[in-house]
Amino acid sequence: MAKGEPLLEVSHLVKHFPIKQGILIDREVASVRAVDDVSLVLHEGETLGLVGESGSGKSTLCRTILQLIEPTSGSVKYGGRELVGVSRRDLRPVRREIQMIFQDPYASLNPRKRVGEIIGDPIQLHGLGSGQELRRTVQELMDRVGLSPEHYNRYPHEFSGGQRQRIGIARALSLRPKLIIADEPVSALDVSIQAQIINLLEDLQDEFGLSYIFVAHDLGVVRHVSDRIAVMYLGKLVERSPGPVLYERPIHPYSVALLSAVPIPDPKANAARNPIVLEGDIPSAVDPPSACRFHTRCPWATEICSRDEPPLAEYESGQAAACHHPRNVDSRMIAGATVAPDSPESATDVLPAQTEREPAATR
Amino acid sequence: MNARPVPSARQSKSLLEVSDLEVEFRTDEGTVHAVDGVSFDMSDGEVLSIVGESGSGKSVTAMTILGLTRGPNARISGSVRYHGKELTDASSEELQEIRGDRIAMVFQDPMSSFNPVQRIGDQIVEAIRAHRDVSDEEAHRTAVESLSSVGIPDAKTRARHYPFEYSGGMRQRAMIAMALALEPALLIADEPSTALDVTIQAQILELLRQLNEERGLSVILITHDLGVVAEIADRVMVMYAGQIVEQGSLDEIFYDPQHPYTWGLMGSLTRLDQPPPERLPQIAGAPPSLLAPPTGCHFRPRCPHAFGKCIEQPALEQRLPTARGHLDRCWLEPSEKKEKREVEGRIGLEAPA
Repeated sequence: MAKGEPLLEVSHLVKHFPIKQGILIDREVASVRAVDDVSLVLHEGETLGLVGESGSGKSTLCRTILQLIEPTSGSVKYGGRELVGVSRRDLRPVRREIQMIFQDPYASLNPRKRVGEIIGDPIQLHGLGSGQELRRTVQELMDRVGLSPEHYNRYPHEFSGGQRQRIGIARALSLRPKLIIADEPVSALDVSIQAQIINLLEDLQDEFGLSYIFVAHDLGVVRHVSDRIAVMYLGKLVERSPGPVLYERPIHPYSVALLSAVPIPDPKANAARNPIVLEGDIPSAVDPPSACRFHTRCPWATEICSRDEPPLAEYESGQAAACHHPRNVDSRMIAGATVAPDSPESATDVLPAQTEREPAATR
Repeated sequence: MNARPVPSARQSKSLLEVSDLEVEFRTDEGTVHAVDGVSFDMSDGEVLSIVGESGSGKSVTAMTILGLTRGPNARISGSVRYHGKELTDASSEELQEIRGDRIAMVFQDPMSSFNPVQRIGDQIVEAIRAHRDVSDEEAHRTAVESLSSVGIPDAKTRARHYPFEYSGGMRQRAMIAMALALEPALLIADEPSTALDVTIQAQILELLRQLNEERGLSVILITHDLGVVAEIADRVMVMYAGQIVEQGSLDEIFYDPQHPYTWGLMGSLTRLDQPPPERLPQIAGAPPSLLAPPTGCHFRPRCPHAFGKCIEQPALEQRLPTARGHLDRCWLEPSEKKEKREVEGRIGLEAPA
């Protein structure tokens, strides 16, 4: 891998799930557009937070990156190597380097296997160790993630939720991966345990130089761990931003609404905030709204939003947002905006400056 | 042993009085002490929030109020009075009259709380006709009104749909509509917004607040999310390992918390309105097994401030001279607490040495 090249480069990734109907011949009648032209970049040692509501395509995106689901089109490059369309056999060495941690520690561990086997099996399958040496490696891993190595022979049901998530983390670490995709790794855990797991993941990142894609719907957790954050809505990437800036000055109205919907655990500060309560639900991905997919729920939407798909516009703040009526930007920022090179192919190149008739809104 | 927040003379005016409630379940592994001496009062129009982690006994407390934990392996003692009427020894028929009619409950998972093969409207009609002697048309009208009052658009058509045709947020609204169709005085909501997305959660909380303000509906809100509590509660009870460890008004709990577990909960939160801490403060260890809760203070094994006296169980009582109704179970002197709970400029639980 050349120096400075990203570890992972996802470009124009599309995943449509066909909906089939018919008795003798399966006709494709429609498709669920789960991920629709998403581009992302992840550098080594970095954490990319992925946020959005259920149905926004976060999990499908993760699974498509791993080639657990075959993408409809687009490209995923890992260390400069294309993964899309590569045979299973050729994917194997890459799979070793990209591991996944799942949301539900109850469902993602085989209940009939002992913890030692769960953590050690990947090592054995990849032919990286066996016998006493394997046992020692596994016990070291257990110790590292905060499990007692004497519990080597126990079954998953003998552990609490937080400990089970530690088992899942030890399993993911067992092959010494470079990239870990964590899909809602703490949302099933109690608050006091969440902090333990997040701290552990951060320590491991420093120790092993890991990169993370961290999927979560809890925006507080995402802010804590992420260097950069991508916000998804209904299969589209709506905003991409360096972590801290997103929380101070979200540009896309959906990011604004999402952040404002989180109640603050402080009665006075909470009463002082003025949340934007979005109407209705996230629309169906089978028949998504035209042009900007958020226009049906957006408080700032105008006629252009249902007509022209906004391009991903890059701002000087390092943020990029796909919106005709960006928030928290001034006229200077709008004037300096450019169309991102990886803006979706279906989008127009109409930048906000050319559409905004009223003076740019600063909230 | 357990102090009561309201003097006995006023008790008859309470909507709900729970005193010294104990719930135990016999299992193959031993007896689970799910609820261990819980007492509290609720007045009309109040929003009481019960906060705690899984296994703290918050849901079992709520379900026991409605008699939903009765069973051959359960032992329930203590008392639950609704408008002065004892519910723990009420017959199933008596309970059925109260359930749904006077006290209604909504659950966390709106997916599994409806019958999947019956239309939403018909399920609400069935609930109404079980309690009221009204015609099918009239019950149907009430059902549609109820759906529409919780913000379901085109309620008349929607009433004819099946649960799978509703989204998660809509199903939770429909669940609330069903609970409210008979205009109960008290709604018990067990993690009503936990399974929902934040933007939908905001809608549901807004709805609960409206119902509380406009109809005077009393609400027991069970949650683990202190943000949700700050949004809606008047009073807060913090539970840990089957016991109330602290209770008080919303402001007392948030701005002058007395129990180290409450500090820990506050400390481990990530707040969006403040710069994030370098490292998330965590509570060491895990909640205890309810098969054999620790002796003395239940939080002792995880508490960095534990000292000799903690081997004795502290009673839930008022320990601050000024704040009546602010009760806690901690032996530390209130003056010491002020100092100990300051961690890096905010309330938290310091890391164990």
